[in-house]
Amino acid sequence: MTGLTANGVAHAPSRTVRTIILGLIGVIFAVPIVAMIEFTLRAGLVGGYNVDRWVALFQSGFTGVYRPVLVALGNSVALAVGTVLIVLLLLVPTMLLVHIRFPRLRRVLEFTCILPITIPAIVLVVGLAPVYAIVARMLGSGVWTLAFAYGITVLPFAYRAIQSNLDGVDVKTLTEAARTLGAGWGRVLLWVLVPNLRRGILAGAFIVVAVVLGEFTIASLLNRVNLQTALVVVSKVDPYTAVILSLLALAFAFLLLLVIGRLGAPRTRTSRRRTNVKGQA
Amino acid sequence: MNSQKLKVQQPTAPTRPGTVVEFVGVVKEFSGMRALDGFNLSLHAGECVALLGPSGSGKTTALRVLAGLESTDAGSITIDGIDVSALATSKRDMGMVFQSYSLFPHLSAGENVEFGLRMRKIKPAERRRRAAASLAMVGLDDHFDRFAHQLSGGQQQRVALARALVTEPRVLLLDEPLSALDAKVRVQLRDEIRRIQTELGITTLFVTHDQDEALAIADRVAVMRAGNIEQVGTPEELYSRPATPFIADFVGLSNRIDGLVRSAWAEVYGTSLALIDPSTPDGPVTVSIRPEDIEFAAEGLAATVVASSFLGSLRRTTVRLGDGTILFLQHGVRVHPRAGESVYVIFTGAPVSTEPVGPASVAQQQY
Ligand SMILES: Nc1ncnc2c1ncn2[C@@H]1O[C@H](COP(=O)(O)OP(=O)(O)O)[C@@H](O)[C@H]1O
Ligand SMILES: [Mg+2]
Repeated sequence: MTGLTANGVAHAPSRTVRTIILGLIGVIFAVPIVAMIEFTLRAGLVGGYNVDRWVALFQSGFTGVYRPVLVALGNSVALAVGTVLIVLLLLVPTMLLVHIRFPRLRRVLEFTCILPITIPAIVLVVGLAPVYAIVARMLGSGVWTLAFAYGITVLPFAYRAIQSNLDGVDVKTLTEAARTLGAGWGRVLLWVLVPNLRRGILAGAFIVVAVVLGEFTIASLLNRVNLQTALVVVSKVDPYTAVILSLLALAFAFLLLLVIGRLGAPRTRTSRRRTNVKGQA
Repeated sequence: MNSQKLKVQQPTAPTRPGTVVEFVGVVKEFSGMRALDGFNLSLHAGECVALLGPSGSGKTTALRVLAGLESTDAGSITIDGIDVSALATSKRDMGMVFQSYSLFPHLSAGENVEFGLRMRKIKPAERRRRAAASLAMVGLDDHFDRFAHQLSGGQQQRVALARALVTEPRVLLLDEPLSALDAKVRVQLRDEIRRIQTELGITTLFVTHDQDEALAIADRVAVMRAGNIEQVGTPEELYSRPATPFIADFVGLSNRIDGLVRSAWAEVYGTSLALIDPSTPDGPVTVSIRPEDIEFAAEGLAATVVASSFLGSLRRTTVRLGDGTILFLQHGVRVHPRAGESVYVIFTGAPVSTEPVGPASVAQQQY
């Protein structure tokens, strides 16, 4: 909010327009969720509602047939973390290097990063299957190896998020200023670039987490278990419980994103300034 | 507040003597295009040299190779006699102020100024003290906690200056630091930079394309053209004895008139004028005459007034001669010629610079 006003958006929509837009989007998102909740509360074919299925699930303590879902959730979270790491350690430095030192390569990098969005997951798997035969021989067939494939599928989203931040910051001048002030490349990266690109990097990480938690096709076709494949298995046995688990997974992902957002939130400038002014007076 | 002011009283000037910088035959190419073409320049200890030239003449490149932000293709750059070509930017110990706003947006003004000290592992207490003193030097002691987006353009450049100076660098580099500011702030800050530079006695290279700025701020002005220095001298020398019409044109306003050199005199409209460079060979030339070196008179060259504009302390009048040539005159405000009025003008006889008429115009003359 402060960011918006500080940047002085020229023709910001009025309060009412904003409320209407938000309301509409809210409804569009709410409809399927409400429908899912309604579905889980149906009391058989005769009609009426009760919370029996929710109670049953929680009383069973996620044992028995639901146990694999918890394991799969763990897999998916680990994959999300791994994919985020790939993006942070590989994509971000590459983008910075291209931006500062090799600006001519920018088009090439952009094309490469956007490419995966044009390739259907099912086609991707056809190419990935033989690659993973080799990966399995070298690194074993652990679920975590899927992070390599996900690292490719999330490229377009992560790239766009980081690039839009990069375009809004005069990276070249800031880098040069820091270097003339005595900072080597490592310090330039940690003290100047990362703090100023935090928003883009965080947004990229958000999208990566969301994409990985929702991924089904690749995991399924490569015979790995993640949250989505496990939910499909459950839904064949018990569609009602599968929907409950989906809802819980949704809530979990929401919480996860909230936590990441909190961790990376910028120092609140207004409160900082206030304390300092007080200190000076 | 008071305690801060007291601390500021301590001299911030470095005690070390000023640094000497020398460019010798520096060449820098960008994909075949020579931005610096055998560039030579010496900066004496503690002096402020303005690098003046039209856009694209290589001023920024000269500054950047000194800062180590660009490599050189040939030639050497020495600081206090030591070749720095292989030294990384972060080790060159330069203070630099950029043309575009370059404050770190995630840090407050004070933290920006502290950045260089932090890189030098200075303890927090001293860091803060020195940053505050440096901000006070540029008149912003009460803006320590402001962020860049809360500062005006002029204030941002002041903070950038404080940030560049707080580490007591060997050389201060300024690349058109005032070009983004409006006229009034520009003059204010320009004078302030000059004051601070003189107080600190720091060797300074100031890049600009604005002649007023260069003449006002520098001990010496180096005029650049196409990757080379055309003339170096004090502002007075450049103004009164421009080596070429390019300089005459670039430093101050000049009339360019066709003339003829004959036995070390320039002949223009029947008047003989002394040459700044008496060794000029005979032949057709373009003569540069300052607008203040042409006057109205009771008789002389007949002309018609085209326009006259009031410039505060003086007036500039444009007249057209019988053959259509346009001349600018600069004179006191009491004389007020009206457009269309018939007048007579004469040349006062101040020495002039000349340039051989280019081959193109010679060819034209033959037809
Ligand atoms: N990074 C670069 N790549 C290619 N050409 C450049 C680069 N920097 C400068 N040049 C060229 O070098 C010449 C001198 O540029 P510059 O030093 O910026 O001039 P000035 O600062 O006097 O306007 C210009 O023709 C410019 O186009
Ligand atoms: Mg420039």
